[in-house]
Amino acid sequence: MSAGHSTYTPKTGLGRWMDARLPLPRLVYDSFVAYPVPRNLNYAYTFGGILTLMLVAQIVTGIVLAMHYAANTEVAFNSVEKIMRDVNSGWLIRYLHSNGASMFFIAVYVHIFRGLYYGSYKAPRELLWILGCIIYLLMMATAFMGYVLPWGQMSFWGATVITGFFTAIPVVGDWIQQLLLGGFAVDNPTLNRFFSLHYLLPFMIAGVVVLHVWALHVTGQTNPTGIEVKQKTDTVAFTPYATVKDAFAMVVFLALFAYFVFYIPNFLGHPDNYIEADALKTPAHIVPEWYFLPFYAILRAITFNIGPIDSKLGGVLAMFGAIAVLFVVPWLDTSKVRSAVYRPWYKLFFWLFVINAIFLGWLGSRPAEGIYVAMAQGATLYYFAFFIVIMPVLGLVETPRRLPNSITEAVLEKKSAGAPATEQAKG
Amino acid sequence: MRKGIFAMKSILNGLAALGLGLAAVTASNAAEYPIKKPVEQDWSFAGPFGTYDKGQLQRGFKVYREVCAACHSMSLVAFRNLEDLGYSEAQVRAIAAEYEVEDGPDDSGDMFMRAAKPSDRFPAPFANPQQAAASNNGAVPPDFSLIAKARAVERGFPTFVFDIFTQYAEAGPDYIHALLTGYEEDSDGHEVPEGTYYNPYFISSASLAMAPPLSEGMVTYDDGAPETVDQYSRDVAAFLMWAAEPHLEARKSTGFVVMVFLLLFGGLMYLTKRKIWADVH
Repeated sequence: MSAGHSTYTPKTGLGRWMDARLPLPRLVYDSFVAYPVPRNLNYAYTFGGILTLMLVAQIVTGIVLAMHYAANTEVAFNSVEKIMRDVNSGWLIRYLHSNGASMFFIAVYVHIFRGLYYGSYKAPRELLWILGCIIYLLMMATAFMGYVLPWGQMSFWGATVITGFFTAIPVVGDWIQQLLLGGFAVDNPTLNRFFSLHYLLPFMIAGVVVLHVWALHVTGQTNPTGIEVKQKTDTVAFTPYATVKDAFAMVVFLALFAYFVFYIPNFLGHPDNYIEADALKTPAHIVPEWYFLPFYAILRAITFNIGPIDSKLGGVLAMFGAIAVLFVVPWLDTSKVRSAVYRPWYKLFFWLFVINAIFLGWLGSRPAEGIYVAMAQGATLYYFAFFIVIMPVLGLVETPRRLPNSITEAVLEKKSAGAPATEQAKG
Repeated sequence: MRKGIFAMKSILNGLAALGLGLAAVTASNAAEYPIKKPVEQDWSFAGPFGTYDKGQLQRGFKVYREVCAACHSMSLVAFRNLEDLGYSEAQVRAIAAEYEVEDGPDDSGDMFMRAAKPSDRFPAPFANPQQAAASNNGAVPPDFSLIAKARAVERGFPTFVFDIFTQYAEAGPDYIHALLTGYEEDSDGHEVPEGTYYNPYFISSASLAMAPPLSEGMVTYDDGAPETVDQYSRDVAAFLMWAAEPHLEARKSTGFVVMVFLLLFGGLMYLTKRKIWADVH
């Protein structure tokens, strides 16, 4: 797809016939075989492939689960247990799907942090980045609705709390909440529409993934140096080089996935979700799945009114703002240098941001009281300051390190600087 | 550049100090209940090669049947599942026949009671939650099908991180054992409402509506295992883990094959990758 210079030549008669009518083999060849990728990509760049694998895995296991699941509040909980107990290998498929969601988020967080570290969002890749943000948003919606389906206590109360956010919106809030719920409280209509949407959204994700990959193949990948590809020696062919490296990374990631599925399948879940939903019994602490915890902490950090905005609306705005701010990152970062490798201060603030995000996640799992509130407020402040203050200001005041002239030069420089053995292992 | 590095270091030092301060503050802010954390027990089904001890499951089933089942249903478990415990088909049929279940309607439209079959699930001791509450001082005894996965005392940081590596997944049975052996006469200054019993291991308050259910010698074991409250608790906790996770053994043994395959395949992929990339570096 890159720049339209196709090197594909069909070798067989059938190939030529096909090429003249529907050049699908040409598209595949140009996109996933001959497509040039920077030669210096490290393993942080393998997560795009891993995410594709996870999306497919979730869709496949999900479709099988849907064959056995019943989206009705009377039987939903027990239908999941039937899968766990009586369906052949049902326990495996269900644990793959529930842990797969977590793995999907682990991979997407690494992928997003990689983008932030290497400045992958900068021109001309703004749309590529925004499409990624849309995928992330769709993933969150999908995961949230999926978590409601087993109809456990956390399913029910999580849905109650999260749909409750919408009532904070002035004028239309209640209407939106009732539309989401299909009534005035989480009940059978809610479960039905969530199941329907949970089945739909992954295919929408797949659609946006196609656009995401398309945009990627137009601009080409970034790389750890952040310097654009300039010469032929800067790149290698996608196949076999990137293919084999991605494949190796996928196997390693699958090993992590399998470890959770087979040995600690409930580690990432909440025990309360093994209790059937009960509208009359509120769990002691309602906590969302781990991948939402940082945002949950931000939501609860706003305990004060700001002018006409009360604390509830403020919390909801902060939470959605925490995701919305990602969309404008390409314009918040003023630095001319792309990669954190050459930006010592950005590198520091980036890692603090990562630690802060994990810290927010932990705070999200704590009750919103006492010292935790103050800590969440501090961490929320840093979360937003990183994007709104540090990114624009740092780009103007920071003195970056000297950039190499090309990717090739960077690779050769690194090689002569020592430790060639580890470099080789890293690729 | 020097100055920059110095500034960076002082920022990091400041953060480290702040972190230590926060750790000290939060340590005193632990969750209210349970008052005491369960003590970790040795379980045959723990770890990557764990399997259920069939003798223990049979003893645990006996405890469930003779003691717990008076109040606690186990409605997701069928009699046929008991073959997992080492019972033969005929034995399962005999066990099932000791229970009565409602069936029907018959040809004249009436519901009727009949002896249970292996395909039936354990009948509940009460007709509905209201009846269960009425007979139990207002508290509905929870169903036992999933109790071993539905109860877990929070492990806290950093233990929950280590749990990934030690594959700790026995919080449920540890909790059940701790609760059943944890009743204390002296409530240690905690308020114990009328009709409840102090138990510092109870997950949601200082006392619970269930009186200490087990006492020494109340269930007869025919395999020579000690007839103590500790042993009963241990056995019934193991049994309930099986009830909640009947395919645990298949999961772990499949997992071993999968992990070996992925490690070997990953090794081969790595070597292939090195060979292909050799000419690039």
